Amino acid sequence: MKDLLQQYAAVAGQDVVQHLRQLARSLQGLKVVHVNSTREGGGVAEILTKLVPLMQALGIEAGWEVINGEREFFECTKGFHNALQGRPTVLTKSMIEAYEKTNAVNAERLRPTLEAADLVFIHDPQPAALLHFCPGRKGKWIWRCHIDASHPYRAVWKYLRNWVAAYEASVFSLPEFAQVLPHRQYLIPPSIDPLSEKNLELPDEEVQTVVGRFELDPERPIVLQVSRFDRFKDPLGVISAYRLARQLTPLQLVLAGGNASDDPEGEAVLREVMQASNGDPDIHILLLPPDAHRTINALQRAADIVLQKSIKEGFGLTVAEAMWKAKPVIGGDTGGIRLQVINHQTGFLVRTPEGAALRIRYLLHHRDHLLDMGQRARRFVRENFLITRHLREYLVMMISLLSGQEERIEVE
Amino acid sequence: MEPFGVKDCALIALATGVRAQNLRELRDGIQKVPAASLYQHFWGRLLQPRFDEPEFNNDFAAWASHGLHDKSLAERLSVIDPSDFDDLEGLRQELVETIEIRLDESEFVPWARTDNQFHFILSQIVVFDTRRRLKKPNELARRVRNLSAGSIFYHFIDARRRPPHRVDDFSAWLMGWGDTYAELLPQLAAIDPYFASLKELRRILADLFALYFQEKAS
Repeated sequence: MKDLLQQYAAVAGQDVVQHLRQLARSLQGLKVVHVNSTREGGGVAEILTKLVPLMQALGIEAGWEVINGEREFFECTKGFHNALQGRPTVLTKSMIEAYEKTNAVNAERLRPTLEAADLVFIHDPQPAALLHFCPGRKGKWIWRCHIDASHPYRAVWKYLRNWVAAYEASVFSLPEFAQVLPHRQYLIPPSIDPLSEKNLELPDEEVQTVVGRFELDPERPIVLQVSRFDRFKDPLGVISAYRLARQLTPLQLVLAGGNASDDPEGEAVLREVMQASNGDPDIHILLLPPDAHRTINALQRAADIVLQKSIKEGFGLTVAEAMWKAKPVIGGDTGGIRLQVINHQTGFLVRTPEGAALRIRYLLHHRDHLLDMGQRARRFVRENFLITRHLREYLVMMISLLSGQEERIEVE
Repeated sequence: MEPFGVKDCALIALATGVRAQNLRELRDGIQKVPAASLYQHFWGRLLQPRFDEPEFNNDFAAWASHGLHDKSLAERLSVIDPSDFDDLEGLRQELVETIEIRLDESEFVPWARTDNQFHFILSQIVVFDTRRRLKKPNELARRVRNLSAGSIFYHFIDARRRPPHRVDDFSAWLMGWGDTYAELLPQLAAIDPYFASLKELRRILADLFALYFQEKAS
């Protein structure tokens, strides 16, 4: 366990880990349980895979429980997810029944653990009703919402709110996502894990192998956007920007996203993107499997500039991932991108394809500036968006939850 | 004299539920949020995710520029130095007046895009003992350079809010040594705690202590 902290000290700094150790002193032996709905796949599982062992390494008795459910339960919670993101969603009575029954059944199994815990973190809507089925709970329960809930579909939120309001606190990623709730709402932005497959250092040969595999020309600049094929990510705008920029600058564009076969809208957007690329051999549309983390990592490292030209974005962690690899990011002037891309410092914020094209050309013609900006971006992520900062804020929140609402809390 | 106990701190941000879409709502929000929220948007931001060379020195000025696109207001808000005021209520009044003047000058109320509202937040501060102790003032010359940003915040900024002295902790400790460090105190007082990042402040303080104790030793 000590090794784990040392591994993070090597990338985030000894002082950062020392700070964590000191903060965790007053939390020794505390029983903390995290609950979500999957052990693998998705951002929440990724975070917990590291956050829980790190808490344990700091002397906290942290555990991680996963709830099980049938197809109808997950259809319902997928509906919750879409509704929290603002999509009008209809949930049938039987879906709601499946949701409540699944929570009741899981509560039977988890009740001894959950009721004995000092702090219980319930992640996202799937296990949100567990609290209702644990009347003998002794600790504090916190609902952690990882979803962009800035404009939730009200009918569904009204239902979910009934479960969530009973918690002692909730946690949102940005102030924009916070809701009207009768308890404290902590704000903790997401983070990236520098030691994960997505972000760890790669040997140059591996990067070059990926460049070769996708038939990219290592001699010409590469501009990359990694995102789902989704209108809000504006892939067509990215193609327009590429076309405008390449009139004067030799360039290749890589659009890397997931296979959209289970998402009808994604499939339609992908078709439009294929059409817009019009057979241009320098536009590379890559459909990668969900576990292609190392390939994405290599592509980000191979790129000269990374785009995230979203017109609507929750947080956009692909921005921090690219910045960690010392790449300047040209991002849409929206949502959490604004927190990461400091205009003219760690990249550029743009509103139009023309704006993106202008910045691509500028950076490719000012290589020294491109490199400086990339280094600044990496430093910015190191100080603000690594999992060690995320963990620090969890520790501070845990102290806050155990100590009361005073503006200032002194611990030994 | 008691040793100097090095403390450290960390902040956690909380939503207030108060937000502004236009300049009038910003003024109303400033009037009604807890003083702790003003503290957060001027001082607490030093410990939050931020860039070391910010264009503006407080969140209100940054939003006036990037949200409302009112550069004149942004400049006027940015130059407000919170350390000029005895308490946060004085700062609140100054902010309200600055915005009122701008509203009077404007032909229309400046608005931000729907997705670029100003969200008032506040923070809780957790302070902990690092268990490091400085026995003699000349240790400041070596040790300050290695303090964390949180320690600099706690001892040099947050201390100004704490009774009885309401001065930074280094000065308070040095005062306890009688007149021995009388020459150093005005130099410390001359450091503007506001218009620098915590890392810059650490460097300025470390350089000052290093030079002072070097000269004193020779």
